[in-house]
Amino acid sequence: MVDIPYEGIRSIPPAEVPDVELYHPRSWWTRYVFSQDAKVIAIQYSLTASAIGLVALVLSWLMRLQLGFPGTFSFIDANQYLQFITMHGMIMVIYLLTALFLGGFGNYLIPLMVGARDMVFPYVNMLSYWVYLLAVLVLASTFFVPGGPTGAGWTLYPPQAILSGTPGQDWGIILMMSSLILFIIGFTMGGLNYVVTVLQARTRGMTLMRLPLTVWGIFTATVMALLAFPALFVASVMLLLDRLLGTSFFMPSLVEMGTLSKYGGGSPLLFQHLFWFFGHPEVYIVALPAFGIVSDLISTHARKNIFGYRMMVWAIVAIGALSFVVWAHHMYVSGMFPQFGYFFATTTLIIAIPTAIKVYNWVLTLWRGDIHLTVPMLFALGFIITFVNGGLTGLFLGNVVVDVPLSDTMFVVAHFHMVMGVAPIMVVLGAIYHWYPKVTGRMLNDALGKFHFWVTFLGAYLIFFPMHYLGLLGVPRRYFELGDTTFIPSSAHSLNAFISVVALTVGFSQMVFLFNLAWSLFKGEASGGNPWRATTLEWQTPETPPGHGNWGKELPVVYRWAYDYSVPGAAEDFIPQNQPPRATQLIQGAAS
Amino acid sequence: MAETVLTNPGQSPARLEGWRGIAADWASDQRAFKNVSWGKAMMWIFLLSDTFIFSCFLLSYMTARMSTTVPWPNPSEVFALNIGGNHIPLILIAIMTFVLISSSGTMAMAVNFGYRRDRVRTAILMLVTAAFGATFVGMQAFEWTKLIMEGVRPWGNPWGAPQFGASFFMITGFHGTHVTIGVIFLIAIARKVLRGDFDVERRGFFTSRKGYYEIVEIMGLYWHFVDLVWVFIFAFFYLW
Repeated sequence: MVDIPYEGIRSIPPAEVPDVELYHPRSWWTRYVFSQDAKVIAIQYSLTASAIGLVALVLSWLMRLQLGFPGTFSFIDANQYLQFITMHGMIMVIYLLTALFLGGFGNYLIPLMVGARDMVFPYVNMLSYWVYLLAVLVLASTFFVPGGPTGAGWTLYPPQAILSGTPGQDWGIILMMSSLILFIIGFTMGGLNYVVTVLQARTRGMTLMRLPLTVWGIFTATVMALLAFPALFVASVMLLLDRLLGTSFFMPSLVEMGTLSKYGGGSPLLFQHLFWFFGHPEVYIVALPAFGIVSDLISTHARKNIFGYRMMVWAIVAIGALSFVVWAHHMYVSGMFPQFGYFFATTTLIIAIPTAIKVYNWVLTLWRGDIHLTVPMLFALGFIITFVNGGLTGLFLGNVVVDVPLSDTMFVVAHFHMVMGVAPIMVVLGAIYHWYPKVTGRMLNDALGKFHFWVTFLGAYLIFFPMHYLGLLGVPRRYFELGDTTFIPSSAHSLNAFISVVALTVGFSQMVFLFNLAWSLFKGEASGGNPWRATTLEWQTPETPPGHGNWGKELPVVYRWAYDYSVPGAAEDFIPQNQPPRATQLIQGAAS
Repeated sequence: MAETVLTNPGQSPARLEGWRGIAADWASDQRAFKNVSWGKAMMWIFLLSDTFIFSCFLLSYMTARMSTTVPWPNPSEVFALNIGGNHIPLILIAIMTFVLISSSGTMAMAVNFGYRRDRVRTAILMLVTAAFGATFVGMQAFEWTKLIMEGVRPWGNPWGAPQFGASFFMITGFHGTHVTIGVIFLIAIARKVLRGDFDVERRGFFTSRKGYYEIVEIMGLYWHFVDLVWVFIFAFFYLW
């Protein structure tokens, strides 16, 4: 590798690792389809995740049609409703959000932001995508098998998940488990790459404490995923054995459709422990990349350094660690030993501390900033508000005595949609508006973007705020229809219809966004290499979109942290991470 | 990636004490773990993840064993063999454990010769390791056959809790799969060593990257891990 003179700055040591030789594609197939380039893999991940995510979006419309106007639509029956719930939840949490944040944004941004040419093992990275695609195809195939997809709810609790009477008992549940196992195998191959790239393949000068918070968020989430997915893997294998071989890991002896089942002696609680040992970290696997990305969006678009960078990093790490000791707060009504509730309620509420640190630091970053209300910034602000709202209802559900009456009501549905549905999706959308110019070289249309933001943001509140109220009334979740009850007033039904109308409107308005993505690809305004005047390395690439190997002949050298915005005395209001101190233009008369 | 270069420690500024020093070392420039190659780092992190998988399997088995109301079959009796008229408890498992731990010894020797770039001895020792591994899997197949002949099934057995057969086949099966994959990779890498791929830095078929003798050590990490897991399975399943 060419030795870059770095002006006698002692803090930038020589390269510890020789430059890598990249795999150079020889044909159209290896360039665009079986590509080993992390950027192409990222786009493949994102498109696949979005495609299956659209299926889940349509499923939510069908559910809303049924909930808002029960008895009107003859093509939705009770079994299908349960199948829609299950597939909507599973797709959104795992196949959309996890894959998009880690496989999509992780693949695109990690090598660029740490100044690497590619992931450390591009071939394994490619395999990761193809196994993920296989998992998605297996999942999608359940719509076409006899009996349809499983209707066990996205938590797949045994014993009902594998007993007759639950829709999809024939094929759906088997394929769902197989798909999850494949997803975990595929994710592990990608996840190992992301972690090793961040730890061992940074460019010169890029210490961990100079990483953009986006990389910190994705990195921590990936480490968590590598430790949490094993529990889901084991639970899936055991449930598959229970279903296929007739073992009784999770199955007590019970009467199934009037006859004593062949099962006996297993523990349904064991499944719940395994599932939530994965399931709770999963919430933060989705949230931490969002935390990281939103920090960068706010800092860039408020032209101000992130407040308390070091604390932000430690808060991410602390949330990651704590999220492994809170899982049983999902199980307060499961019949586990009741006094466990004290422990898990305490740990759950402790997580509020690092989370609050992050929220305060975002607000303090905005404080007296030069705020540009660009579309990414609007989404970032929308995220902060939504996340605080969702977090506050989390305090209700984290406390045992308040949780017990609220369990299995629409309150829970409203809470988790706010905190891990709407909030991360806000960040996903903001991040797409932010990085689209780097990926394509063109800007997204601003007017359409602002329309998209306001409809999505206001719509999300019109949908999910009334849902909290329904939950407080005691309206149960997962019910096909409410029927005649005395405790649910008739106004609740009209509220349900209102929510459905808004949900369909907001859902369809996302087509504006899809149109924007497609239209701007060809007709968007040319963006140049650094339209947001941002400091991080991905905006400093010699080409836009970045070429194969990202950096041309020489890797960048990093001289500063990622947040040198509005530095006093500097002529420009941002100083890129790879700009040497002597190259920085100063305002005339300012002391260096 | 190319072989790693030792960082010159004289260059770094004054070292910090205590926790701050540890954090500073981890967060240092370019690499968190100095002198650790990408492949080795990746294998360690994979093994950490795999540890969680085996831990979940073993914890689930222990939960099932402790919560069942039906008596658990006595492993000493179930895994006993009659050899020459003598009834010897756990004899096959003892031999299997001995074979697998011996294979760790030959693997360690292969790593040693690999660093000396001793092509032939490295390859032979890897093949010996693979042979031990295959022997282990073979004996496991014998044990499975014997139990199945005696009526043990995943859903039940003649002596007690049905979770006995379920846990046994699942855990030993998952571990046996690990050993089998290890044997396949041992043979593949031994072939590369013997052919001199790492001496002439021949490029890989799929990855088009150069290989290094370090892959023997990375393979060794995996192999020792699989052995270590067996020690826990042996303790928790057969000796409990």
